Amino acid sequence: MTNQSKDVIKSKTPSLFPAKTKAQVTLIFFVVLGFYLFSMFWTQRDMVGGFSNSLSNMFTVIGKFFPPNLSVIPAVWGPMAQTIQMAIVATTFATIFTVPLAIMSAQNITTFKPLYYATRTLMNILRTIPDLVLAVIFVGLFGIGILPGILALFIFSLGILAKLISETIESVDMNPLEAMRASGGNVFQVIFFGLVPQVLPQFTSFVLYVFEINIRASVVLGLVGAGGIGLILDQQLGFYNYPNAMAIIILIFVVVIVIEYISNKLREALI
Amino acid sequence: MESYTLPPKPEKSLFKKIKAILITVIIAAIYVWTFLGIDIDWARAIDRIANNFARVIPNLFRPDWSATAEVSLSILETVLIAFAGSLMAAILAIPLGFLAAHNMTGSRILTTIGKWILSAVRAFPDIILAILFVVAVGPNAFAGVLAIAIGSTGMLGKLYSEVIESIDMKVVEAMEANGANKIQILFYAVIPQIIPEFLSYAIYRFEVDIRASSILGIVGAGGIGTMIIFAANNRNWNEMGLILLAIIIVVTIIDFVSARIRRKIV
Repeated sequence: MTNQSKDVIKSKTPSLFPAKTKAQVTLIFFVVLGFYLFSMFWTQRDMVGGFSNSLSNMFTVIGKFFPPNLSVIPAVWGPMAQTIQMAIVATTFATIFTVPLAIMSAQNITTFKPLYYATRTLMNILRTIPDLVLAVIFVGLFGIGILPGILALFIFSLGILAKLISETIESVDMNPLEAMRASGGNVFQVIFFGLVPQVLPQFTSFVLYVFEINIRASVVLGLVGAGGIGLILDQQLGFYNYPNAMAIIILIFVVVIVIEYISNKLREALI
Repeated sequence: MESYTLPPKPEKSLFKKIKAILITVIIAAIYVWTFLGIDIDWARAIDRIANNFARVIPNLFRPDWSATAEVSLSILETVLIAFAGSLMAAILAIPLGFLAAHNMTGSRILTTIGKWILSAVRAFPDIILAILFVVAVGPNAFAGVLAIAIGSTGMLGKLYSEVIESIDMKVVEAMEANGANKIQILFYAVIPQIIPEFLSYAIYRFEVDIRASSILGIVGAGGIGTMIIFAANNRNWNEMGLILLAIIIVVTIIDFVSARIRRKIV
């Protein structure tokens, strides 16, 4: 093959992607890049000394957190336990209350459309509000303590659980349910013998997932006065007592990892 | 006539029975510990809510429109924090995702190291990271960007590594057999398979990060959270109503748009 014919082949090889896609991708790339540069400019606009200065500063400041003062851990064990208890209580109540809500917002079980749309919209709105904002409002209502924390976690996890579980319910095999209805089962019998066995494994898995989310959320609720370890962390940071704060952060880290491990093992055992 | 009976239930092994009993006992013990440990001062709580209900709840539904400009600017900052943070995370997570995928590294040790790094990063709640970064770079929006970037890297890296592990390795083998080098395999066999799902997860993470960045201001890391904490401290529930409205609108729009884009990509 001569050099010339090679060139001919090369020029005739079609590109892997059509020109239109290429143009689109390039455009999207530049839009994303532009927006990113704008974000970086905007978020750094009131930063003293700019990026490079703060980066070198970062290491000196992070140095202040070390070595962590691990001797405070026995003293903060009480609030830590309280934090875990808050997550357990909130998850338990959310699990109980989610059952009717999930059934009401599943299209294949709730044949009454207005009810379906009403619950679904309510859940969608509820899910957009971050847990800490809920906690702020409940602290405003009930004052500082663990009750607002539990309520915030409860409402927040109710939104997530109801959505996940209603989607599971919508994806079940409807044939057994129809068969039961045809042979004279009433609504509760159909739900209990037709729906529950199909949904239960997913249900357990989602409940454990939400429990993990709640553990993470509950450790920070104290920052807004909703009880638990976050309150102590906030105080220590307020006193610029960084070694103590670091010890608390490490404790949170360990507890989160241990609980996630247990939850994973439970999930494997139950499914 | 022959009578029909149900088939016998399968025998459970002794090990499974013991396991089931053990799990039940542990869960029961956890509940006993929880409900004994939790103490709520119901009298005080009821007293408080009786006093505060009329002051808080009706005002939440009467937003203070005079703060519209300030709230819009704050929510814009929140979106920018989430955007910059998720984009950083989407890029930072790529090498970690490849490191944690067993079919790419081919070494157990590297994969385990990668998975450990990712789960260690994931264990920190975003807001704790924000606290650390506020101390490090000062109370501004950039601390929020860094917190979101690091916090999302853990989750995205894990999702990426799962995507990489699920690719069709036959394509890779075919290219190897044809004498392609590592770079060629990466560009023509691996990347085309992973791009749609990577993008989809990154956009999904942006949705999550919008929610996360809206509370970072509580610890001073910029965005609408700063206004939330001020409104709560001043008991300005009308302003809180407007802030809530802004969050609900922005999150709903972004969820909707992101779901549309993701459906198109995958």
